[in-house]
Amino acid sequence: MRKHPVLVIGYGNPSRGDDAIGPHFLERLEAMRTWDRDLDCFDTLTDFQLQVEHAMDMHGYEQVIFVDAAVNLDRPFRFEILHAARDDSYTTHALNPAAVLAVYEQFYGIPCPESCLLSIHGERFDLGDDLSETARASLDAALGFLAAHLMQSISPV
Amino acid sequence: MTDSLETAQNPERLRRVAIDPVTRVEGHGKVTLLMDEENRVHQARLHIVEFRGFEKFIQGRPYWELPVVVQRLCGICPVSHHLAAAKATDQLVGVDQLTPAAEKIRRLMHLGQMLQSHALHFFHLSSPDLLFGYDDEVSHRNIVGVLADHPDIARQGVLLRKYGQEVIRVTAGKRVHGTSAIPGGVNKHISREERDYLLGEIDRIIDWGAAAVGLAKRLFVEDIDHSRDFALIDTNMLSLIRDDGALDLYHGGLRARKPDGSMVFDHVDYRDYEQYIHEQVKPWSYMKFPYITALGKEQGAYRVGPLARINNCGFIETPLAEAVRADFRAFSEGVLMQSTLAYHWARMIELLYCAEGIKVLLHDPDLLASDLVVKGEMQSRGIGVIEAPRGTLFHHYEIDDNGIVTRANLIVSTTNNNTAMNESIRRVANDLFDGRELTEAMLNSIEVAIRAYDPCLSCATHALGKMPLEVQLVSPDGAVLDRLYRHMDGAICQVD
Repeated sequence: MRKHPVLVIGYGNPSRGDDAIGPHFLERLEAMRTWDRDLDCFDTLTDFQLQVEHAMDMHGYEQVIFVDAAVNLDRPFRFEILHAARDDSYTTHALNPAAVLAVYEQFYGIPCPESCLLSIHGERFDLGDDLSETARASLDAALGFLAAHLMQSISPV
Repeated sequence: MTDSLETAQNPERLRRVAIDPVTRVEGHGKVTLLMDEENRVHQARLHIVEFRGFEKFIQGRPYWELPVVVQRLCGICPVSHHLAAAKATDQLVGVDQLTPAAEKIRRLMHLGQMLQSHALHFFHLSSPDLLFGYDDEVSHRNIVGVLADHPDIARQGVLLRKYGQEVIRVTAGKRVHGTSAIPGGVNKHISREERDYLLGEIDRIIDWGAAAVGLAKRLFVEDIDHSRDFALIDTNMLSLIRDDGALDLYHGGLRARKPDGSMVFDHVDYRDYEQYIHEQVKPWSYMKFPYITALGKEQGAYRVGPLARINNCGFIETPLAEAVRADFRAFSEGVLMQSTLAYHWARMIELLYCAEGIKVLLHDPDLLASDLVVKGEMQSRGIGVIEAPRGTLFHHYEIDDNGIVTRANLIVSTTNNNTAMNESIRRVANDLFDGRELTEAMLNSIEVAIRAYDPCLSCATHALGKMPLEVQLVSPDGAVLDRLYRHMDGAICQVD
């Protein structure tokens, strides 16, 4: 149910090591909101992986931010603007964010909300693993960045 | 016929083609083909390239955690694991019979899960192959292509999936990581408002389900020779069955039929499954190969999932689904339908059944009752079996006096289909590949055969940049002669 202008979607399997970065990120972000009401501009959604129905979850939001673990990053995190892409997402049991945007535009026939991807560096993805030290440090850095970004987004010009 | 392709003579003299990973299936799978210089196939195998270690993950945990924690084994069918574990833990807490409300809430959750999973598989993963052909442009042969060319079909697929997710959200408390099924019952009651919310859409969902069966049948019948023979294998069929022979996805006894339709066993208490099913280990695969003990390793392989369930059941209790089941059985002239592509048709019959079954449960006054949990005397062993979207799913746990899991054995649906999937790709390789130059369409045919089973090869690990497709051509002496690489955006390039 939409309550705020921004939707943050954190996805990944909580029991697969650094794949849990997305869900962990949402928990931390929600905790920050409880003591900083200036951050109260977002809704959150978590799932194991992205699928077509997430296109419908995006409907009505001004901005959507996807948060996911990423391997092969040369920095703790990367923030990039997303564009709809007719990407095959080769295991389409799990769509890529750009493919979700493409589904949105095909489904609703209108441009998708402004969307970004926050990729956070992870390195260990085995069943039963905890977050790695690298992931924890990267997550801290990404959290600070996104909190500032969100506050900037809602600040009056 | 295809057994001869499981292990090649003189493999060192053959070149190796790998489809790695197999696409549009869950998890990491790889197909390897060993071919001679004339492109004749000598060996075809489906490999699982990740050792999952589920049982180790579960051992040492308290029993009451099981229904929640096992959901994390799989991002595709977490509800099936949730419910199979809940059924096993019912036995651990000494409960044989749930309250009517608890059982119906669980059944409703299960039908929602089956509906969304079947919709995802048919509309999003398989319809691109079936609607556009196996040799269609890779960049078009996907759900976005279906949305562009067949918007009504694709929209129905998206909305069917979404409705199933809403049923799960209402019954499980959350769309993912639901916690409502607990040992001895459920912990979430369904309100009148929630029920009415789901009822508001259900007639449209049933209509779309009926249309989906029509589409699946049309796609099968349109090219009947191909549909009948593609990846065709003769196997035994295994599924749960209700006491009166009706299709039941949540509970029942085990029924196994031979290819000629005769019974191997019927109405077997699934807690005795170890007497009826054994698992064979092969040195080249992490995944085991189960077989019916009484028939032995050579003759005992079986299939599970929609094709097995629709073949095995005597009737379906909802009227629209029963009519299309009878049509399906009549089409196969009374014998078991063995065509691998008929999985899609059977899957849509089940989707219609789920839609009708949801409506029946939503009108059942027991659903809104508040008596949700039963207690009993603790037991040391619990076995839960359920018909998951991909087939029969076994959860078996043993606990110590402190309630800690000391042994766990899981046979997931895809493991039950392991031998059949391997046989199917050998059949395709045997029929299509011999002596011809490899093309992307031929490689996709292998994947089409695997996708018919909707396999869930692994869990929900995904990380950006981890899912390309690489095909290698390796000479008899092991040298890599050629490499094709398919990127996430669909572009194919040759790698130097």
